[in-house]
Amino acid sequence: MAKVTIDGITVEVANGSTILQAAEQAGIEIPRFCYHERLSIAGNCRMCLVEVEKAPPKPIASCGYPVAEGMVVHTDSKMVRNARRGVMEFLLINHPLDCPICDQGGECDLQDQAMGYGMDHTRYAENKRAVPDKNLGPLVKTSMNRCIHCTRCIRFITEVAGVPDLGATARGEHMEVGTYVEKALGSELSGNIIDICPVGALTSKPYAFVARSWELSKTDSIDVLDATGTNIRIDSRGIEVLRILPRINEDVNEEWLGDKSRFALDGLKRRRLDRPWVRENGKSRAASWDEAFAAIGAKLKPLTGDRIGAIAGDLCDAESILALKDLLASLGSANIDCRQDGAKLDAARRDFYCFNTSIAGIEEADAILIVGANPRKEAPVLNARIRKAWLANGIPIGLIGTETDLTYGVTHLGTQPSVLTDLHAGSHDFAKILANAKKPMIVVGQGALARPDGSAILAAAWRLAAQVGALSHDWHGFNVLHTAAARVGALDLGFVPGPNGKTADAMMGGGVDLLWLLGADEFDPARIAANTFVVYQGHHGDAGAQRADVILPGSAYTEKSGTYVNTEGRAQRGFKAVFPPGDAREDWTILRAFSATIGKTLPYDTIEALRKRMEQINPVFGRIGFLPRFGCSDHTGPAGDPAVLSDAPLTSPVANYYLTDPVSRSSPTMAACVESHATPALAAE
Amino acid sequence: MQATSGSAFEQPASFAFDADSETEIAKIVARYPAGKQASAVIPALYIVQKQMKRQTGSAWVPVKGMDAVGARLGMPPIRVYEVATFYFMFNMKPIGKYHLQVCTTTPCWLRGSDAVTETCRSETGIKDFGETSADGLFTMTEVECLGACVNAPILQVDDDFYEDMDAGKVTGLLAALRRGERPAPGSMSGRQNSAPDGGPTTLNTLQFAPQGTVGG
Repeated sequence: MAKVTIDGITVEVANGSTILQAAEQAGIEIPRFCYHERLSIAGNCRMCLVEVEKAPPKPIASCGYPVAEGMVVHTDSKMVRNARRGVMEFLLINHPLDCPICDQGGECDLQDQAMGYGMDHTRYAENKRAVPDKNLGPLVKTSMNRCIHCTRCIRFITEVAGVPDLGATARGEHMEVGTYVEKALGSELSGNIIDICPVGALTSKPYAFVARSWELSKTDSIDVLDATGTNIRIDSRGIEVLRILPRINEDVNEEWLGDKSRFALDGLKRRRLDRPWVRENGKSRAASWDEAFAAIGAKLKPLTGDRIGAIAGDLCDAESILALKDLLASLGSANIDCRQDGAKLDAARRDFYCFNTSIAGIEEADAILIVGANPRKEAPVLNARIRKAWLANGIPIGLIGTETDLTYGVTHLGTQPSVLTDLHAGSHDFAKILANAKKPMIVVGQGALARPDGSAILAAAWRLAAQVGALSHDWHGFNVLHTAAARVGALDLGFVPGPNGKTADAMMGGGVDLLWLLGADEFDPARIAANTFVVYQGHHGDAGAQRADVILPGSAYTEKSGTYVNTEGRAQRGFKAVFPPGDAREDWTILRAFSATIGKTLPYDTIEALRKRMEQINPVFGRIGFLPRFGCSDHTGPAGDPAVLSDAPLTSPVANYYLTDPVSRSSPTMAACVESHATPALAAE
Repeated sequence: MQATSGSAFEQPASFAFDADSETEIAKIVARYPAGKQASAVIPALYIVQKQMKRQTGSAWVPVKGMDAVGARLGMPPIRVYEVATFYFMFNMKPIGKYHLQVCTTTPCWLRGSDAVTETCRSETGIKDFGETSADGLFTMTEVECLGACVNAPILQVDDDFYEDMDAGKVTGLLAALRRGERPAPGSMSGRQNSAPDGGPTTLNTLQFAPQGTVGG
């Protein structure tokens, strides 16, 4: 530790810290453009100049200057102010004065800092340089005249995203940031360069000229388009969601957000279900809520409990899942399932279906085995964490499944689940690596579970984890990587077939006469038996709604307050940003209202009462945002015989990152991404 | 400097190292420890440029050539683009048969680089730096100090320094190049290396004492 005095405040900081970090600790903000705490230090903008006593008598860039014992720093002396004014004058030489039409206006670091260090006039009379704009694909808009060459975007794409597409070509006055050969950015995290760009050079293409930042109301929420549980901020104006940005949560997403979660929001305005529909004589017609409820009630009356079933989808909030479970229970049915893809998840114990190591825990791991998952497509933010661990510690990472670029070095062990048996038997090179690791991790993806031998693979992965020491009293290295945001919450609430209950597969195959789909769209609706009466409750006119006999319009995740449990098992709560369209209602209230019409009134009138009940069923819903980490002392594995593995190769369930759910399938921006990624090298002009 | 904007030339559809280049590149890559092959990027780019000269008569580095370097050295293509565009020695577009590089930094300028530039212009019809003559023989570029100030001004043709230039010597040199000749590089005024013009001018009367007679 070193004692440093900054502007008269003495702080003790770790050796090797920079002056800028020490100043943060002392509560002093130093202006900066190129420095970013999650990227390597470039030291090229020179905005963070400070004066250090007894150092060379010149301004020192604090972002890259390590502290020393007894150092005395001044961050606001005359010399410092002069130096920063000089830097600012240089930065503004070539920066256009287009703040009034710049999308960054109002949330621009350069604009803010020019208020402190800028001049009210320019002394520069020569021509400004002009830089052609780059085409980086359908997500990131460029305005390269505004670029101040901080290189944050280059460092982000290279270091965090691991898809080195951006660079600085040429030099001096001719230096340009770009891809050199025109192409769309190949990263699933490319939208983050918009956030980290300190000026308006990189802005959101779909959001171009849509709104000014100060007009927006900001609502904290949780992303549901993958199972990472990324913390987001929904920016809305009136009834429209205009923008989604990440919120900082060090334990989950740091400050990153996947492109789908950021840009699929235009799908929230398209193909929406905004009123109830009832199918009569093969033809759907718009109906009132009463008519829709009456139609379901009439159908329901003669049925016994075992002929009624419900499937919960991937984007549902835990509140509506519990309401649906309670409704089915009141009707005497145990036919409930949240595994619409048929994943052989074992809900018997919580650590059988959670990402037990936790996302932050990935950084502690010293060996990782990925089974049947492509984390880059299934959970890009989590994948960035694996890359971070790989960069920091060079950990060995093995992959069983389709060979692909995961943005870090991977040993491809094979595509067949039998590799798990080889690893267990020790007859594989990677077995030794896992066995020697102190904190090994095994990550099982849905691609390994949503197949006939899924429970065998789950059991085999658990058996291997137990064998290599991934399960100890202070380390839980068995992980299930989910793709559905609602899945863990539904499993926590026991939304799986009860005693003698039917699975999703059995229900679709004619096992029930009335099937209630709560936002379940991820299957071929033709699988549902022809004479099954289907109720679809959800927000998009997707697969489920097309098959439905009654449609009950629900709310998307931006339109309701809801609890979501991410793949780690962390319960998080999102708030309502906008109202659902038309007659659509929040989902739990629909179920509550319907229960009253059939005389089985659910015992909660407020969302607080419902949440009380959630907490009674599973205490995880009582600790919002908090995730205690447990080791594993009980090595009893999930049900399934690890011996009966098939030879079918393991694949990822996410065939196309940009199209995974009703929201992204309705989004024109996502469609544009699909197109540009099919032909990454756009035609050169 | 953007390869894809406003380029009036065609990028070749493919590039592969030929046998000569392969020998060269193997030699260079072997200089660096395993995992540090990226260090060979600058010589590798020269190899590409020389191969283009052999194959097309124009020494330049096409995008496919940079991609080939990246693939060979295990570098993302953009890292190669960054290096190649940073250095003026790599031509990012096709050039003429002879690359006339005029040094215009202060010593050369004081010794008459303006005349050298002017003569290059009038002899080749090139209007400005960076252009190629209509007959495709010459490309003239402006370079910074070539480090031969003592024999200023310098006109570098491809890899050869022609020193002590003036208008007449440039005319002669260009005429020789047109005829397909390559005059011997070095001082065009006939002096030896950087020795004074017209023979030694100092210390030429000094008598040295025989060895062993001085000091003690």
